[in-house]
Amino acid sequence: MQPDFSIRLEKRGSASTLFAYFSPFIALGLMLFFGGILFAIMGHNPLHALYVYFLEPLMDTWSLHELAIKASPLILIATGLCLCFRSGNWNIGAEGQLIMGGIAGAALPVFFPTYTSFSILPLMLIFGILGGMAWAFIPAFLKNRFGTNEILTSLMLVYIAGHFLDWIVRGPFRNPQGFNFPGSISFSEWQVLPEMLSSGRMHYGMLFAIIGVLVVWFLLSKTMKGFEIQVIGQAPRAGRFAGFSPKGTTIFVFLVSGAFAGLAGIAEVSGAIQQLRPSISPGYGFIAIIVAFLGRLNPLGIFAAGIVLALSFLGGEAVQISLNVTDKIANVFQGLLLFFVLACDTLIHHKISFGHSWRFYNKGATHGAR
Amino acid sequence: MGLVEAILLTVFTAATPLLIAALGELVTERSGVLNLGVEGMMIMGAISGFAFAIYTGNPYIGALAAIIVGILFSLLFAFLTISLVTNQVATGLALTILGLGLSGLWGEAFVGIPGVKLEPIIVPFLSDIPFIGKLFFQQDIIFYFSIILLFGVSWFLFKTRAGLILRSVGDSHSSAHSLGLSVVKTRYLAVMFGGACSGLAGAHLSLVYTTQWIENMTAGRGWIALALVVFASWRPNRVLIGAYLFGAVGIAQLHIQALGFKIPTQFLSALPYIATILVLVIISQNRRLTMMNTPSSLGKGFVPDR
Repeated sequence: MQPDFSIRLEKRGSASTLFAYFSPFIALGLMLFFGGILFAIMGHNPLHALYVYFLEPLMDTWSLHELAIKASPLILIATGLCLCFRSGNWNIGAEGQLIMGGIAGAALPVFFPTYTSFSILPLMLIFGILGGMAWAFIPAFLKNRFGTNEILTSLMLVYIAGHFLDWIVRGPFRNPQGFNFPGSISFSEWQVLPEMLSSGRMHYGMLFAIIGVLVVWFLLSKTMKGFEIQVIGQAPRAGRFAGFSPKGTTIFVFLVSGAFAGLAGIAEVSGAIQQLRPSISPGYGFIAIIVAFLGRLNPLGIFAAGIVLALSFLGGEAVQISLNVTDKIANVFQGLLLFFVLACDTLIHHKISFGHSWRFYNKGATHGAR
Repeated sequence: MGLVEAILLTVFTAATPLLIAALGELVTERSGVLNLGVEGMMIMGAISGFAFAIYTGNPYIGALAAIIVGILFSLLFAFLTISLVTNQVATGLALTILGLGLSGLWGEAFVGIPGVKLEPIIVPFLSDIPFIGKLFFQQDIIFYFSIILLFGVSWFLFKTRAGLILRSVGDSHSSAHSLGLSVVKTRYLAVMFGGACSGLAGAHLSLVYTTQWIENMTAGRGWIALALVVFASWRPNRVLIGAYLFGAVGIAQLHIQALGFKIPTQFLSALPYIATILVLVIISQNRRLTMMNTPSSLGKGFVPDR
């Protein structure tokens, strides 16, 4: 006897291409619908609130530049994470890697304030990348060497990095002329990541994001290493028979995603904030996980998804200003979106039927969590 | 009251939410479901407990509301991971992000407002015993409940038929299904139990530990509870040891500051997280221990054959 849980899944013979393309859009639609309900509960006209949240920020040049500034770290980090997730490595500590990248890169202008020439910026970027890689190496090493769960270690390292940043901007990195405010000196001309266009604030971080997307797309679709990553993620046994090294892959994907997160961190510090502060990210490292899934772990999809999630941050600020709603609502939209994305992804691999009938499921197989 | 007593009391208070949340997650994981949303369920418990205590003026109703909200919140997770077989890691993260957002939204009205404290219940006679009386018999109801929960969970898992079913579902969902056991029902109930515990643990933070609402006040305790389950290698008694150990680390941090050691406060605040990593490394080194106790179906979705 089956109990009264009346949702039945039947595994499709092959993944539905229709749903593979449409599931992110269904998810977005659902998020808007439930977001509207939430606004209505809070006593706002839902259509007007959604307009203010999702459309108004797209209306003028200034906010489009802000959108790009927020999208670039999200895209960059998420492309790195898609390698991790595709290979079955759960790096959820990108936020910490971003912070360490920001700190490592900012160390140069802090300790050599007079070193201003064209060579400082590339060095800062390299330091940022190395900082992110170093922080990402820890969970990867612990996983390989001791079998320690990388989800928990990478996450704990986020908290440690956050406290470290807080200490460093109040201690060794503090601006001596800063009237005891926490924060480093403001970077000077050569130490700032320049703007890309003359029309606004968008900096070269966007270019890094585009390059990151292209590199990872090429890696995944055209190279042996990319194939190896996907085989190890989907069929670890087959990967071992083929002689692929799961441990090597773990190190590789963690280092790449750490490098991307570190670069995003120093780009944010040097381009957008232009000094080191107690807080340098509104959670880009965590929200990038949503970006990766909304983009269906595909670099090109991630580019589009990054813009959507950047809009969720920007819209949060917009409703805070014009509707007086806390910007925490951005987290609500982001959480809802990830729920719907995951739920809709089920449609790609399964047919869903409701009710108690047995005839819907005469075939299908037990399978692992994707 | 002596200094040792005072310190131990704070350790008990710090350890209680960890113990409750970890015991709930332990039951969930024993059924084969990895719910990474503990942090989100805890913060929802913290805000709903706080809010309902203020609405009604009664902290007990607050604690009850936290349990109910915890269950409702965990049902979201259960529906996705069990009925729709979504990826458990990603769904748990979604639950945490959503919980942090919703609690921030709800809690905005409560920032800076003094809460309602869950007063200790003084057990007659027993509380007069020197030392022990103060520690064990002048506590709030959630503390007493955490101890009952510890014995309850141990008894349930290892001495009852339902517990055996739950463990077998966690160890091999296909075999359990073949035997006619309902994997789906068992897992739903286990996830809901975890949600109830996380909710109550959150309420302890906002009704006992600090009687005010602070955004993100769980501060990673949900994640530490998750680590405790691994540390305990899925055994309830070891969760007790772990929770009190971590409670002590959290408190030691405060006392080191008070004693005036010249260590930056940020390093001390990072101590529990560093300790978590160290402990995880030490535990996972012992492969036999972890292999023997890890539920084999942990984190794997289940779609029945027939």
